[in-house]
Amino acid sequence: MTTEAGSETEVKEKAEESAAQPDQSETAKPESQEVANVEGGEKEKGKEKEKEGKEGKGITRYLPTWFKKQKSQTSPTKEVPATEEPVSKGVEGEEEPAPEVNGHAEEVEEKEEVKSEEVKEATQPESDSNASADTEPAKEEKVEDATAKSPEKTKDTAVGEGAEEEKKKEPEGHVEAETDGGESQTSIFQSPLRLVRKNKMKVVVCHVTLLEGTDFTCEVEQKRAKGQYLFFKVCEHLNLLEKDYFGLTYKDNHDEKCWLDPTKEIKRQIRSNNWQFAFGVKFYPPDPSQLTEDITRYLLCLQLREDVASGRLPCSFVTHALLGSYTLQAELGDHEPDQPRPLDFISQLTFAPNQNKEMEEKILELHKSHRGMTPAQADLQFLENAKKLSMYGVDLHHAKDSEGVDIMLGVCANGLLVYKDRLRINRFAWPKILKISYKRNNFYIKIRPGETEQFESTVGFKLQNHRSAKRLWKVCVENHSFFRLNAPEPPTKARFLTLGSKFRYSGRTQAQTRLASSLIDRPAPSFERTSSKRISRSLDGAPVISITEAGSETAENGRDHRLELHSDSKDLDKTQDEVLKHQASISQLKRSFMEAPPPSPPQPNQWEKRLTSSPATIRVQQHQVVSVPQTEAASADNASSETKEPAKTTEVEIEETVVIQEVSRAPKPGVVTVTADPTAAPPAEHEPQDQKVKVEEEAALAEVEEVSPVKPEKASSDSESEEEAEYHPNVPASISQSQIPEEKEEEEQMKEEEEEQQQASAPVVPSLPAEVSQPAEETSQEEEEEESKKEEMEVEEKKDDQEEKESGRETEDSTDDPMVTPEEAPEGLMVPEESAEAGPTEDLEQPKMNGEASLVEVDPRPQVICCSEPPVVKTEMVTISDTFAAQKTEIATKEVPIVHTETKTITYEAAQLDGNSDGEPGVLMTAQTITSESLCTTTTTHITKTLKGGLSETRIEKRIVITGDCDIDHDQALAQAIKEAKEQHPDMSVTRVVVHKETELAEEED
Amino acid sequence: MAGLMAGFGHYTHAVVRGIPASLAKEALRTSQAEVDLTRARTEHEAYVEVLRTRLGLGVVELPADESLPDCVFVEDAAVVCGETALITRPGAESRRRETEVMKEALKDLNLNIVEMTDENATLDGGDVLFTGREFFVGLSKRTNQRGAEILADAFKDYAVSTVPVLEGLHLKSFCSMGGPGLIIIGSSEPAQKALKIMQQMSDHRYDKLTVPDDIAANCVYMNLPNKGHVLLHCTAEEFPESVKVFEKLKDHMLIPVSNMEKVKVDGALTCCSVLISKNPNI
Repeated sequence: MTTEAGSETEVKEKAEESAAQPDQSETAKPESQEVANVEGGEKEKGKEKEKEGKEGKGITRYLPTWFKKQKSQTSPTKEVPATEEPVSKGVEGEEEPAPEVNGHAEEVEEKEEVKSEEVKEATQPESDSNASADTEPAKEEKVEDATAKSPEKTKDTAVGEGAEEEKKKEPEGHVEAETDGGESQTSIFQSPLRLVRKNKMKVVVCHVTLLEGTDFTCEVEQKRAKGQYLFFKVCEHLNLLEKDYFGLTYKDNHDEKCWLDPTKEIKRQIRSNNWQFAFGVKFYPPDPSQLTEDITRYLLCLQLREDVASGRLPCSFVTHALLGSYTLQAELGDHEPDQPRPLDFISQLTFAPNQNKEMEEKILELHKSHRGMTPAQADLQFLENAKKLSMYGVDLHHAKDSEGVDIMLGVCANGLLVYKDRLRINRFAWPKILKISYKRNNFYIKIRPGETEQFESTVGFKLQNHRSAKRLWKVCVENHSFFRLNAPEPPTKARFLTLGSKFRYSGRTQAQTRLASSLIDRPAPSFERTSSKRISRSLDGAPVISITEAGSETAENGRDHRLELHSDSKDLDKTQDEVLKHQASISQLKRSFMEAPPPSPPQPNQWEKRLTSSPATIRVQQHQVVSVPQTEAASADNASSETKEPAKTTEVEIEETVVIQEVSRAPKPGVVTVTADPTAAPPAEHEPQDQKVKVEEEAALAEVEEVSPVKPEKASSDSESEEEAEYHPNVPASISQSQIPEEKEEEEQMKEEEEEQQQASAPVVPSLPAEVSQPAEETSQEEEEEESKKEEMEVEEKKDDQEEKESGRETEDSTDDPMVTPEEAPEGLMVPEESAEAGPTEDLEQPKMNGEASLVEVDPRPQVICCSEPPVVKTEMVTISDTFAAQKTEIATKEVPIVHTETKTITYEAAQLDGNSDGEPGVLMTAQTITSESLCTTTTTHITKTLKGGLSETRIEKRIVITGDCDIDHDQALAQAIKEAKEQHPDMSVTRVVVHKETELAEEED
Repeated sequence: MAGLMAGFGHYTHAVVRGIPASLAKEALRTSQAEVDLTRARTEHEAYVEVLRTRLGLGVVELPADESLPDCVFVEDAAVVCGETALITRPGAESRRRETEVMKEALKDLNLNIVEMTDENATLDGGDVLFTGREFFVGLSKRTNQRGAEILADAFKDYAVSTVPVLEGLHLKSFCSMGGPGLIIIGSSEPAQKALKIMQQMSDHRYDKLTVPDDIAANCVYMNLPNKGHVLLHCTAEEFPESVKVFEKLKDHMLIPVSNMEKVKVDGALTCCSVLISKNPNI
């Protein structure tokens, strides 16, 4: 591999890059390299420049600009010079131009050493004075980071990533569009204000209002603590294991209740200095009797009592009385006939919004009839009745239909409900919804055509503002994921990775949590039920918060920028209708899941970044840093956050990684070396935890770096803006779709099944479409295959377009449809997707990429990728590597605070091949990544074609993560994985197998 | 004790009303058919007799009022669910006063009375389909959105979805419940369309029983102690094809009830009674 060949420093840099880059797949390669170089040291600079010179003149330079929606942005002038300028200018010069980006610039600098900064400044007279000023603090941080690194290596990298991203973006002047102030972690995290503060370890006290109305305080690290840290603390305090139904809320600057994202830093989310939270039910289990523990039901009861008492969960007089009577039974036990004045006592309790004497009498009367019922039974009865209420678990959002009529949108386990006043006027079950998206303050759902209809239709709603639209969208995404999927969507999907974790559900799904709950093995914890007097708690479930504007400013500004940008982009859209449509359909295909606009590219996928940047790097990392690969792998798969936390939180995972690398060269078949190492096996025995077996077929893509396919992706990501995002509920769900029985027409079911099958056979395409990048110049014949595919794809796309266009006419006859968007449909559909992409220039360049990308998604074609799920692995996946991994520990053994994780990585490879690959960079022809996910396996396949001195080389890197209980036969799984890899690509040789196994060693004594 | 939404069809009482002589000439109707008053009365007596004697319900029989030609169709005057009775505001002006006596009768049965006082609201009970889990309210010539809203407010436990009624008088002119989770539906296009909407709007799954004749889809379902599922449906004389369909319901006690005269003034089987479930435990 190239990396190996390179000097040590380079390698390191690259490694860093790769780690850093994942999110940023789209960014231009050259820049990233530069960054790395800078870090490496001064000597590198020279090299860098050289490299830049080579690369820079090429496509790399423009591509970024092209792909990014520059149009929408302001700086045409800047760009022009940049592109034109000869190599001499050096990357650094380019980087700094964007003045607006002070914050970003700083970040970049942070990452780099002082020297680099100096260099920049020197090279770039243009850069603002601000930038330099900011730089200093940044440096300091850097240092600190370094020190802190070991414990939280991943985090650092994340920061670094952000910085890099920023850097890359800046040159293009896209910064605003992409970064979207609020969204990107890094920008906020490292905003100048904060940089100045030096005490990183500052601790802050969080106040969490519990369901009982009491306050729980907890100290967290101000800057770095993530939502999950606090959440876990709270759960620990509550002795709650089935925590996936719950969450923490905070109030944003607009006093609206928001869910705290467990995977993100708290500081970044609250955007104020108000560390007030409330613990509450996030997902109301449709069947509470299926909860495993009484304590969980109790907490659910508390939430519901509050919901009922506040009127949020409306019920009739009789129901109020009935529920109240169960509450009494649970809290007081049997009715005491001797009690002097029971009514007086009862009237002190709050059962209903309009409680009166009559109701209290009824409650008392019913209470008498519950004699003998235990508190747990009473709770269960309470829940059995509450769950039948029509508004149980329905999260209401104010909206307007197309005609401006006030309606309410209710998100629940079954789908989306539309209410006008109290009446349900429409309902869209999850299986009926093809896509959920929002743009600015518009919220759209695309509806699967009915049996008699040919075309999809899109229904649009207006929300109060873009924040509410986004909030609604997120709630939809999360509810769909939780209730309809067996597992969260594959994280690897390039698309939503760019979105940032913020935009996808990262926790366990209901299916997973049920499974995990079934493993709970502890004596029922004893807990005390408090009296209903508590209900004085604020109705919203969140404490009243005084909002300080302190930290919010930057974020706000960022947003404003975005807004403006958006409106610009909209114009673009209009002018380029055709293009947009085309792209829209493409992008639709591409993004099987949710995409959020430009939000926070930094956080989520390192995997992606790595891939895009340079696979070589990845490899290196695996070789040299044993522990790192694991983390990365994990992040790649699903849990970006998980990766970051391992050091801190207990890691319960047993993870096995098998990396199988296949390299085939068209002209000369390479030697195959397959080595697999089962070494890690022992740890598995320790606990029945989860194991991950990762089988990776790696393609050596050293060249990729040079060519930097990244750009294309960037374009796509650019297209997303803060204010819009989409989510395709059905696509991803492949396996799990039908989990919740729902009435659907048989046809629908059939369709679904078909889909599922397709998906099963063809990897769900989390693909990094962008990667495919491939400058138009360099099309080679070897790609014929791919080309043909592309064409096919295009055809599909066109169809899609038509459908979309016609969707407007599709209007259902049901008069009630809140808003069938006849005319809007096209816009609504298109806009969300491509608005960003909207450059005409892009049109020229992108189609290819898109085509491929879409290919990946839609296309089951076997040749492209094979994602095999080793049959061996039939274990249930308790957890998909994600933020909640830590939970497992708690579930399995509540009492074990410390869990040691053992990690082993063994790599075998055919040295010669590697050497070859390293020797010449070659030209990247194509690259694509596909990810498929089943219950217990996640397969990520990255295929790269490169052209080296007339020879085309295809590398397939396959990474399979198997998560499951210890009863998996690791050796067999490994053998199977290798075997399958060989079978799938008989003409290829396996050059490398890396087995990475992570096992948790739980030490009970601790 | 019975929890929420338990015991669909467990009726204990029925409110019915006599047929005034004015029905023959003055009752509202969509067709021009002539009603034979005597036969209509005979028919109605048989109907009440089934409720009282054969099914053992406590029947409250209200006296006919000559000034209210349509008063026999008590269903439109009130919607009773559980302990709550919503006194409607019938869409037809001439029928508004039908609710007065009804209200008193329901009060006497110790139901919680909710009145529809909003002058912009209209609601005929014939447009209200209660499935045991939720309500569907037909938006028809007789029932408007506001009426439906008030109904939703009166029965807060349940989802209330609106269904446009494009043809026919009421929602229940072409459908009714045939059991828990079983909707009997006519085969006409409007009926099928309405069913589709109902299915789409619902979180619950319903089976359907399609009968060839729309009006035959209006049946009275009960679930009675010692009798199980009971279905009052049209006679073979009226709708032979539809009756064949009903006969496939093996678990139901099928009771054909003639409705040849009342149907001429758009009266269906459900129209002639308000069924009440008084839970002795609560």
